[in-house]
Amino acid sequence: MKNSAADLHAGIRLTGKWHNGNYPLIRKLGSGAIGTVYLTKRNGVDAALKISDKRTSMTMEMNVLQSLKKVRGHFLGPCLFDTDDYVSPSGQLYTFYVMEYIQGSRLDTYIKARGVEWLPVLLLSLLEDLDYLHQAGWVFGDLKLDNLVVSENPVRLRWVDVGGTTQLGRSIKEYTEFYDRGHWGMGSRKAEPTYDLFALAMTALEIMNGGRFPKGDTPKSTIRKALSRAEKLRPILEKALSGKYTTATAMKQDLVKHLMKNKAPASAATPSRVAKSNRRKAGLGECVVLSFYGIACYVLYLLQ
Amino acid sequence: MKPSTLKQILLITDGCSNRGEDPAAVAALANAQHITVNVIGILEEGHTEHSLSLDEVENIAKAGGGVSQLIYKQALTETVQMVTKQAMTQTIEGVVNRELKQILGPGNTLDDLPPEKRGDVLEVVEEISETANLEVLILVDTSASMHHKLPVVKEALIDLSISMNARLGNNKFAILGFPGKRDPAVKVMEWTERLENVSSVFPKLATGGVTPTGPALREAIHEFSRQSLPKRTDGITEYEEFGS
Repeated sequence: MKNSAADLHAGIRLTGKWHNGNYPLIRKLGSGAIGTVYLTKRNGVDAALKISDKRTSMTMEMNVLQSLKKVRGHFLGPCLFDTDDYVSPSGQLYTFYVMEYIQGSRLDTYIKARGVEWLPVLLLSLLEDLDYLHQAGWVFGDLKLDNLVVSENPVRLRWVDVGGTTQLGRSIKEYTEFYDRGHWGMGSRKAEPTYDLFALAMTALEIMNGGRFPKGDTPKSTIRKALSRAEKLRPILEKALSGKYTTATAMKQDLVKHLMKNKAPASAATPSRVAKSNRRKAGLGECVVLSFYGIACYVLYLLQ
Repeated sequence: MKPSTLKQILLITDGCSNRGEDPAAVAALANAQHITVNVIGILEEGHTEHSLSLDEVENIAKAGGGVSQLIYKQALTETVQMVTKQAMTQTIEGVVNRELKQILGPGNTLDDLPPEKRGDVLEVVEEISETANLEVLILVDTSASMHHKLPVVKEALIDLSISMNARLGNNKFAILGFPGKRDPAVKVMEWTERLENVSSVFPKLATGGVTPTGPALREAIHEFSRQSLPKRTDGITEYEEFGS
């Protein structure tokens, strides 16, 4: 990005060229291959503003967000408020959009703090969203840890970046090697529901293996090794990785079955967790109760 | 829209041209014939002063209407598919922009449309780049210094085939290596829809010699006309072509 460091930084205000919206850049929230996201205010409420000089990619992202808006009655990705251009004092043209600010923690941080039993529960909510997305004719594409946020009230796993979202049947627009089945020699890069489920299973493996792992010379045995750390989730993840779930709902149903079997899901006081939650020992009991409650609620909700 | 064919040359090199005509001039010649030239320059690990000049790589791609990228070899895989896709979008956008100017008068490019309208136009661009037929001639530098990089090039090309095979449009690939024993470049793989067959041809690649990038690019252009020669003789072009 030319001049972007000088043009764009927290503290400035920018005004849209077409719709005259005025937005303060309060704080940088993150930056990726395509642009930088800032915290801003819209009508006094926190919002996220993504800005970049990569006009084409930005416009395609807006297209996706616009179409997701039309998916009736269900939250799929952040809500889009405004799209506009910004001409900096130096004359450089930028494109930006303002969207809902989804506050929450990273999935791996959340799991570390609250226990691995939360992983399948959180996956349920995401699988539900994925199913809506697939039914609407889209595949998320670039599903990965960095693109997921655990939002509170209600606790829900949500995606935040739709840069890879691709129409069903086309070629995946954007992907990250570790989560890409093509990279592992385990499938094509065609946008199909199975593509997302593979990436989701890799995300789970990443969390349970404490990080990403290299492909190695024999990718399949690398995956097998990683699966051995998935314990009870292993059969489900294995099915997802080999493309045996053709819909997100099928994977969700297996997860529900698995959760129902676990009468005592919270092996509450595993040593590692006690060590990690030392500073908030008081909260531990509460946490266990909450997780029990959370799982119970979910299962009840799903069985309705 | 009629099915269209996009033609690209993908030059993968790690050194400056040191023999023959200016490669940028040949790239311009390619561009004039509706062939886009993309360049990927592979940097030598740990070398502060590398043999590869950023200027040359940029100049060839600029003259050839394409995209350039200087990278270390670990990044080759993601770069190859990104450069190919980006160049397709860029070519199609170029055509759309010219059409817009023709319809709406000068000063009407994509930048002069508000984002909502631009979105509609780019949806069409995306649609075309997904469905267009693509012909890529891969021109691989096989001079001595490339020897230990060729396995990575092979991996990257297999990965490119995974990405391209997922498209709705058809693909065709051919590979030239340069320098050849007598000629500036030698054909390593015939035009094929299956780039993944590249594994069988790579062991045969001999490395060594000088870097005649300009003459090799000229060979690459010829390769396109040779391929489409049968079509030209019956006076009908099968596809609508994208020019720039």
